[in-house]
Amino acid sequence: MSVARTHERYRALFEPRGVVVAGASTHPGKFGFVSLHNILACGYRGDVFATNRDGSTVLGVDCLRSLSELPEGVADLIFVCTPKSVNAELLRVAASKGFAPPSSPPPDTGEAGEQGRRDERELVALAEDLGILLVGPNGQGVVSTPASLCAQIVAPYPPAGSIGVASQSGNFVSSFLNWSCATGVGISRAVSAGNAVATSVPDFLDFYSQDPETSVALAYMEGIEDGRSVAATFSRVAAVKPLVVLKGGATAGGARAAAGHTGSLATDDRTFTGVCAQSGATRASTAEEAFEAAATFATQPLPAGNRVAVLTTAGGWGVVTADAIVRHRDLELATLPDDLRDAIDELLPPRWSRSNPIDLAGGETRDTVPEVLRLVAEHEEVDAVVHLGLGIQANQARMMREGGYYGVEGEDTNGIQRIVAYHERQDARFAEAAAELSMATGKPILTATELAMAFPGNAGPTAVRAAGRVCYQSADRAVTALVHLVRRARFLQRRAS
Amino acid sequence: MRRTLSESDSQALLATYGVRFAPEELVGDPDSAVVAAEGFGYPVAAKLCGENIAHKTERGLVRLSLRSAHEVRAAVGELLSAALPDDRATGVLVAPMIRGDRELIAGIATDPQFGPTVMLGVGGVMAEAVADVSVRLAPITQLDAAEMIEELRSQALIAAFRGEPPVDRDALIEVLLSLSDAATATEGATVVSADINPLIICGGVPVPVDALVEQQERR
Repeated sequence: MSVARTHERYRALFEPRGVVVAGASTHPGKFGFVSLHNILACGYRGDVFATNRDGSTVLGVDCLRSLSELPEGVADLIFVCTPKSVNAELLRVAASKGFAPPSSPPPDTGEAGEQGRRDERELVALAEDLGILLVGPNGQGVVSTPASLCAQIVAPYPPAGSIGVASQSGNFVSSFLNWSCATGVGISRAVSAGNAVATSVPDFLDFYSQDPETSVALAYMEGIEDGRSVAATFSRVAAVKPLVVLKGGATAGGARAAAGHTGSLATDDRTFTGVCAQSGATRASTAEEAFEAAATFATQPLPAGNRVAVLTTAGGWGVVTADAIVRHRDLELATLPDDLRDAIDELLPPRWSRSNPIDLAGGETRDTVPEVLRLVAEHEEVDAVVHLGLGIQANQARMMREGGYYGVEGEDTNGIQRIVAYHERQDARFAEAAAELSMATGKPILTATELAMAFPGNAGPTAVRAAGRVCYQSADRAVTALVHLVRRARFLQRRAS
Repeated sequence: MRRTLSESDSQALLATYGVRFAPEELVGDPDSAVVAAEGFGYPVAAKLCGENIAHKTERGLVRLSLRSAHEVRAAVGELLSAALPDDRATGVLVAPMIRGDRELIAGIATDPQFGPTVMLGVGGVMAEAVADVSVRLAPITQLDAAEMIEELRSQALIAAFRGEPPVDRDALIEVLLSLSDAATATEGATVVSADINPLIICGGVPVPVDALVEQQERR
């Protein structure tokens, strides 16, 4: 099948003209209810249809008794919740209804045993004959924010964005979408491949590489059968977009029988690491690292080099962050250039660190943070910045707001309200300055504070999120994300020349 | 059907793909061993050579730092009489002692999912424990090979080390590219695994000293 045709089939999965829930249920505990509920509740833009045997009404949708009652050409996606035996008939009727590529994520048809496998093979062959794209079974569904589509049997529905998720495990779709909700960095498409009888994670990754709504692909994979084909997909995708991969089963593979030592040293985990390095895919070792790498690719520019400056308002954070940078041999702690030090000297009392990490040491006044940040980010010997100390004053402001002395809003008897407003405004301003400078200079500026987790409503982290960026929960996590940016930038630079 | 080649056959095969081994000579008796040793200059190493000899070190079938005709004659005599029928010994390999403080290992492994791979690691007796290894799918490019070297954690071993210059990266890249060629060759039996072990860093130059190749007939 041609690339264009394949692409069109996948596009219809994610942007269908209409959706049918086959086997809609009146019982709120059943998949046939939950999926319909989620499609309606998340505001899907196309028409929604449902079928069930008794033609009852579910959530205001008058169900058709059978798919054959559906008008032609109104829907492209069937979410199949019917018992397994009906599926073949369902596919035939769907094909007759002009489903461009009807696709079906049947949630619970995976049956063990020889009969189950035979049925599955027949279904796949039939779908292929009819030109139907089959997703699953045992997946949890499809999310596509450009279509406001949440055809899933589980929460959440994430904010809109440009990360495309494909997972061999439905749970990890949920995890990544939850991370998306927490950070505010959104999702374009998400799909779980389930048993992947007809469509697998690499198929979706190939689609994402061509999908204009997706700027980064994020995958969870377990067992890999056709390694060479997976490696080729990684290469194709990573050549055009960042591809972040979390692989399960990383520690399972041990030694292989071989005459020499190479066999026992070249474990399958190390081989997979090599495949990622060779193809340009970003391998992450934990779920949060994977999501944050993807979210960073989606929201920060790639650095031109690996020289990192740390800007902090307090000593310890800067020191520990510098340690983390030095530990990663892909990063270099930038040596503070003389002219930059002189320029910062103009803005701060002499107690500041006068080296990198740039510790303002409490010497800052109203405009110091944005001004120093600008000097650092604009300097040609700095490729990236880690920005620490955001939100401290706004956190104190919160305590003053809640401490019992704040008074009635507008009657500032203790003078607290004025200072609270000032601190909150300032921290929001610092976050905005970081985002604006990052865009203006084309350099990554990563802001990290545990306040993003402890008090997500803090004006600092809130403004980072409002600027569309991740407020990293620790400097270490920001540094790890930066390592992934630097590695990808280097991969592209080396292969371009 | 898989077959492990003898050391000399293993070396000969890899040499056809461009791996340049330390010189050595296969001899059948102690007197020829002495002639070979005098040709190389002392000290030399001697080891029993045969298709089926595994665990050579454990069985005492490798003799190092032989410094005179007398020592060579004695050692080679012992090695020949220690050979068991199952070893299918073809003689004794005499080679100049290649000395260096650093040992690497390079090879080919066939992954059940990903197929032929090229591997580079820190070698020596603690190779498995250290487990500092980089792997790539064959074929590899020159850039892949350079990045395999970069990926090793033990960069201190690649840089200047104990009075010796840094590892000659270009020479090491050549070894890896030769292995890649061997792993992807379409003629003859398939190389399913290969070890260049040790790959001794001698004055900064990686010198392949020993090899073991396992082949499988093409179907």
